[in-house]
Amino acid sequence: MATRHDTAAPPAKEGGAAPGRPPAVLTDADQRRRARLSRRWQRDKRWSPYAFVSPFFLLFLAFGLFPLLYTGWASLHQVELTAPTDMTWVGMRNYTRIFDDDFFWNAAKNTLTIGIIATVPQLLMAMGIAHILNYKLRASTFYRVAMLAPYATSIAAASLVFVLLFGRDYGMINWALHFVGIDAIDWQNDKWPSQIAVSSIIIWRWTGYNALIYLAAMQAIPQDLYESAALDGASRWRQFLHVTLPSLRPTILFTVVVSTIGASQVFGEPLLFDANKGASGGAEHQFQTLGLYLYEQGWVNQHLGRASAIAWTMFLILIVVGIVNYVISRRLRASS
Amino acid sequence: MRARTRTARRAVVLAAVASLGAGLLAGCADDGGDDKASDGSSSGSGKGKTTITLGLFGTFGYKEAGLYAEYEKLNPNIKIAENVIERNENYYPALVNHLTTNSGLMDVQAIEVANIAEVVATQASKFQDMSKAAGVSKSNWLEWKWAQATAKDNKTIGLGTDVGPMALCYRTDLFKQAGLPTDPKEVGALWAGDWNKFLSVGEQFKKKAPAGTYFMDSPGGLLNAVLSSEKEKFYDSSGEIIYKTNPAIKAGFDLTAKAAAAGLVQPQTQFQQAWDTTIANSKFATIACPPWMLGTIKGKSKPESSGKWAVAVAPKSGNWGGAFLGVPSAGKNVKEAEKLAAWLTAPEQQAKLFKVQGNFPSAPGAYTMPEVTDAKNQMTGEQNIGTIFAEAAKTAPVQVIGPKDQIIQQGLSDNGVILVTKGKSAAEAWEAATKTIDNNLDK
Repeated sequence: MATRHDTAAPPAKEGGAAPGRPPAVLTDADQRRRARLSRRWQRDKRWSPYAFVSPFFLLFLAFGLFPLLYTGWASLHQVELTAPTDMTWVGMRNYTRIFDDDFFWNAAKNTLTIGIIATVPQLLMAMGIAHILNYKLRASTFYRVAMLAPYATSIAAASLVFVLLFGRDYGMINWALHFVGIDAIDWQNDKWPSQIAVSSIIIWRWTGYNALIYLAAMQAIPQDLYESAALDGASRWRQFLHVTLPSLRPTILFTVVVSTIGASQVFGEPLLFDANKGASGGAEHQFQTLGLYLYEQGWVNQHLGRASAIAWTMFLILIVVGIVNYVISRRLRASS
Repeated sequence: MRARTRTARRAVVLAAVASLGAGLLAGCADDGGDDKASDGSSSGSGKGKTTITLGLFGTFGYKEAGLYAEYEKLNPNIKIAENVIERNENYYPALVNHLTTNSGLMDVQAIEVANIAEVVATQASKFQDMSKAAGVSKSNWLEWKWAQATAKDNKTIGLGTDVGPMALCYRTDLFKQAGLPTDPKEVGALWAGDWNKFLSVGEQFKKKAPAGTYFMDSPGGLLNAVLSSEKEKFYDSSGEIIYKTNPAIKAGFDLTAKAAAAGLVQPQTQFQQAWDTTIANSKFATIACPPWMLGTIKGKSKPESSGKWAVAVAPKSGNWGGAFLGVPSAGKNVKEAEKLAAWLTAPEQQAKLFKVQGNFPSAPGAYTMPEVTDAKNQMTGEQNIGTIFAEAAKTAPVQVIGPKDQIIQQGLSDNGVILVTKGKSAAEAWEAATKTIDNNLDK
């Protein structure tokens, strides 16, 4: 209930409301004590906040900044995992060779295509599911928890199950496809099927998570917008298009950014999708992502220097992606 | 009344959440299962006793064979604790890290044969010279096994535990249906001395083979079998990488590619789900087979397959697998650890281990012991398999192994010959494999 200014009492003048306190007589000792306390209080006020935030920064220094700088330093050297202290300076060689490293660009391309195949349907589906869950439903809490279940499942467990489903000879998906007359698809060894299969693990895992974010945002949209739209004769679909979507714009941007970052770091799903070939991402590297390539160079082939350079290149690519995202979102905001 | 329905509903939701949660927890628990190190015996109550720790991977079977208990009885002041990591892919990088930082090391550390050359080349200074340890005699071991763990300055950093002498396991029922002999001697004679003969047996098999069966399990398996019977593989004796110029490698690659193009091998990679399932469905007629592979086959097979396998001598003998026990100098109980490692790898203990676990001894002295000569396996029925494997172990070549053997071999099979099963030519597959390998070797 807002204050009604016409009926409320006018604000009191300074010193007008409370009865004045009689001026206190202070002794010297009192004054000194007060000054000391005041100085202490000032110090406390000034420095305590730093003490309170320091754990984060100390941890960040130890586990964030130091590894970052060390990786940068290692990327300028030829250094092997078998002897990490034995470094040979090679300057920018690890970076320059990335330009004509077919495997790196192949991995970058795969990361992009897997990212698109995984992110676009995922966000569309999440939006649809959130829209449905936004209606009054029986047992809605159950559905919402169920939505989040895949997200809470470990990647390893999920991927292993998907590997079984996508088996060429004895997999359930090929078995189902043969009823509609589609021949066995070699999900692991053919390029696009393998990328679709890997993407499907990502989609399965993250759709519910994004749906819940959308749902939360949808519930914050004022109900009267829908009521007035309904009064104007807008169908549910029109309401979705003209009320829900515009109100969700910042949320959509957020999920796009987060999903893009997630997609550029895809690692566990492709690694486990062909557990035996592991980091090489299939016989023809057809689903080797940048994350996998980095791991292969660093931990399988033990070339720490090369792996560090790849890590930094990925970092720079991510920054570029972030800037592009920022520019697009500003454009969108300006146009709305 | 209203309150009651509410609580009822709440209870249902709670139950649903709880059951989902339990499922999720179970899912998560799977995650770390691989890496969980398990402490064998607790080191409590051992006042005044020395506890010796072993770092192992996979199944060495010492505990299962009762060897720790026996040693503790012989040496009342010793307690043994093992720390096992399931997969060598996880064990080995950790071992390298511990060695380079001189911390976190066990008293005894196992080393896989695939890594032994790299450890000898880069980490030899961190290990004790086992040739000088008490109770160790070089003559106990197969000559080539001993050589694998020995550096140029004659320092031996690990004692051989087991070897993987390779023979060929085959399905007698499938061979019979294809009109081939089933007796191990006759079967071995069909392809004796030449892998090309093995392929022609495959062609014969294919003509009358039961539907859906393949002559051999995988291109990678065949390539591995062929290459492991070569004396020089990817490195020459001076340590130079020669895999691209070594004619034996190209010949082995082309032979495998030929088999793949002819449909003699199933287009699969070993130890994958699909490969496991194919074994369960009895669709492979042959598998290149060190003794431990019989354990794998047993693990994957349905009960009705037992006794239907047999073991024949391979066209040329090779070796696949085996490990070493090394003692890091930074350990706490170096002298006691050396003694234990020597005892565990002595011929008598290796023979006992073979009987219980099927790990084939690397000590020829064990080959005449009854544990080996009378050995039978559930999958191979009445056949005496010990002597066949012993023969293969004695005739396997002293192979030059190099630090990056694993990367090269994996490139050749997983990024090479497997492509032939997908319609690429042998030349294209070779091109793809060498490109991957060169990129992986480039520091």
